[in-house]
Amino acid sequence: MDGKRNDKGLPIGTFERLKVAQNSFCEELIIAGFGGQGIILAGRLLAQTAMNAGKEVTFMPSYGAEVRGGTANSMIVISDEPIASPLVSRPDSLIAMNKASLNKFAPCIKTGGLLIMNSSLIDSKPNVDQSIDILAVPADDIAVELGSQKSANMVVLGAYLQRRGLFRADDAAKSLPDILAKRYHKTLNINAEALQHGAEFAKRSV
Amino acid sequence: MNERILMCGNEALAEAAIIAGLDAYFGYPITPQNEVPEYMSKRMPEEGRVFLQSESELASINMVFGAAATGKRVMTSSSSPGISLMQEGISYLAGAELPAVIVNVMRGGPGLGNIAPSQGDYFQATRGGGHGDYRTIVLAPSSVQELVDCMPLAFDLADQYRTPVLVLADGILGQMMEPVVFNKKPRRKLPPKDWALTGADNRKQNIVRSLWLKEGVVEQHNYDLQAVYKEIEKNEILCEQYEVDDAEIVVVAYGIAARIVRGAVNKARQEGIKVGWIRPITLWPFPTEQINKAADNFKIFLTVELSCGQMVEDVKLAVAGKAPVVFYGRAGGGVPTVEQVLEKIRQLTLRPENII
Repeated sequence: MDGKRNDKGLPIGTFERLKVAQNSFCEELIIAGFGGQGIILAGRLLAQTAMNAGKEVTFMPSYGAEVRGGTANSMIVISDEPIASPLVSRPDSLIAMNKASLNKFAPCIKTGGLLIMNSSLIDSKPNVDQSIDILAVPADDIAVELGSQKSANMVVLGAYLQRRGLFRADDAAKSLPDILAKRYHKTLNINAEALQHGAEFAKRSV
Repeated sequence: MNERILMCGNEALAEAAIIAGLDAYFGYPITPQNEVPEYMSKRMPEEGRVFLQSESELASINMVFGAAATGKRVMTSSSSPGISLMQEGISYLAGAELPAVIVNVMRGGPGLGNIAPSQGDYFQATRGGGHGDYRTIVLAPSSVQELVDCMPLAFDLADQYRTPVLVLADGILGQMMEPVVFNKKPRRKLPPKDWALTGADNRKQNIVRSLWLKEGVVEQHNYDLQAVYKEIEKNEILCEQYEVDDAEIVVVAYGIAARIVRGAVNKARQEGIKVGWIRPITLWPFPTEQINKAADNFKIFLTVELSCGQMVEDVKLAVAGKAPVVFYGRAGGGVPTVEQVLEKIRQLTLRPENII
């Protein structure tokens, strides 16, 4: 936000700059899965990474009754311009961590969009149109190999970052300490490694 | 302090209140504003100030009353059902002319409703809410940064006019994260709190109350309050406009609905539709004049809310019959999408006579 304020002290014209430049960069993303898969954490990490890179960003987590096994999703908008709606109904990209969220959100992906799906838990072929770039990542399997199944969220995020090319997996790894509580800092390395492995998987899958 | 920090609305407003000089917070948990008391419970003791989790919302608001009477900066926060419970206390605050800030992170109703975002408490917020002939200033931010910016303003307005001030947010604003900057802003020049209960050493006794039984006293008190409300209406209206001048359609929305409208209007402009928006930032006092002026050249007004239509009544009063006013909204936790609002705008360009 710039410093322009009206005489009442509130910011004005924040969105006057929002003359939509057609070419200005904007990415709308949904990460979805079940509670306990680290959906919210992955979303927060991406948002933090985007902010650290100087971008405008909004992060909207589903909230409230989510518990392990329930549904969870993160909506993230990243842009060079101030962001209008933080809610994503037609994502450029979808990261689907389980079948239910694939079924729910895949039909909404924009033409020419990107779908990252966790093939460890999704055995079916997604019913999406030809234009969509699909990357199947066996995220849980890769995470188990690394010794921490809980890092499957980082694996898919790493794959997404590599495929989309907005930020590097390394940028996300550097942002980890900003979002993880101190008591979880012992997991920094394993999470960074998972990000890296996800990125490498995506690189190999070109 | 110019660093950008990624924060959710609830935590950001709490930190902004602390920076604004909050002395005491009283509250009771309720989704979707739980991060406020959680944050306060950690930060207020760190600052050597008061955090108290009360046994109920009724207790919270009456603790606010007591602490406000001592001249301290005080606040509470809750979500819709909790705010309903506080209405008696808010009426007492208004009657006793006590400054306080009350944050309502609205959720779906009526009743316990659900925990999804809503704007169903507009009537309650802008019409006083409790019993008696009073108003409260209502600020309706639409981003996490604006939540941060409106907290010091809310405290200043409360102190300046000796009135409770409501900050009206919703589940999305409370939960969503955006980068924010905490700039310490200069405070307004505020009148001394010579009415506060600070111990009547070497001065006349102060009395804070909302009960006067002598004939005619409450009547006069009402006229005095109304004079203050007139001042507020004269000085404190805030609203933002975007491309209204050449617009054939003007969308009016506040809070999170205004963000969705922005997205829809941007897309509509790309399609060549002449559409702009007006966003009231203060819901009371309402930007009646600004909207009335926009209605001078015939335009169609579309009001978008997360309700079945509440602010639309104020928009109609402001437009005063000069132009048609149409409503689109979703209620009870339903949130309109950018595409739905865009579709509504498109319809208005096609066959307005059939829709209005």
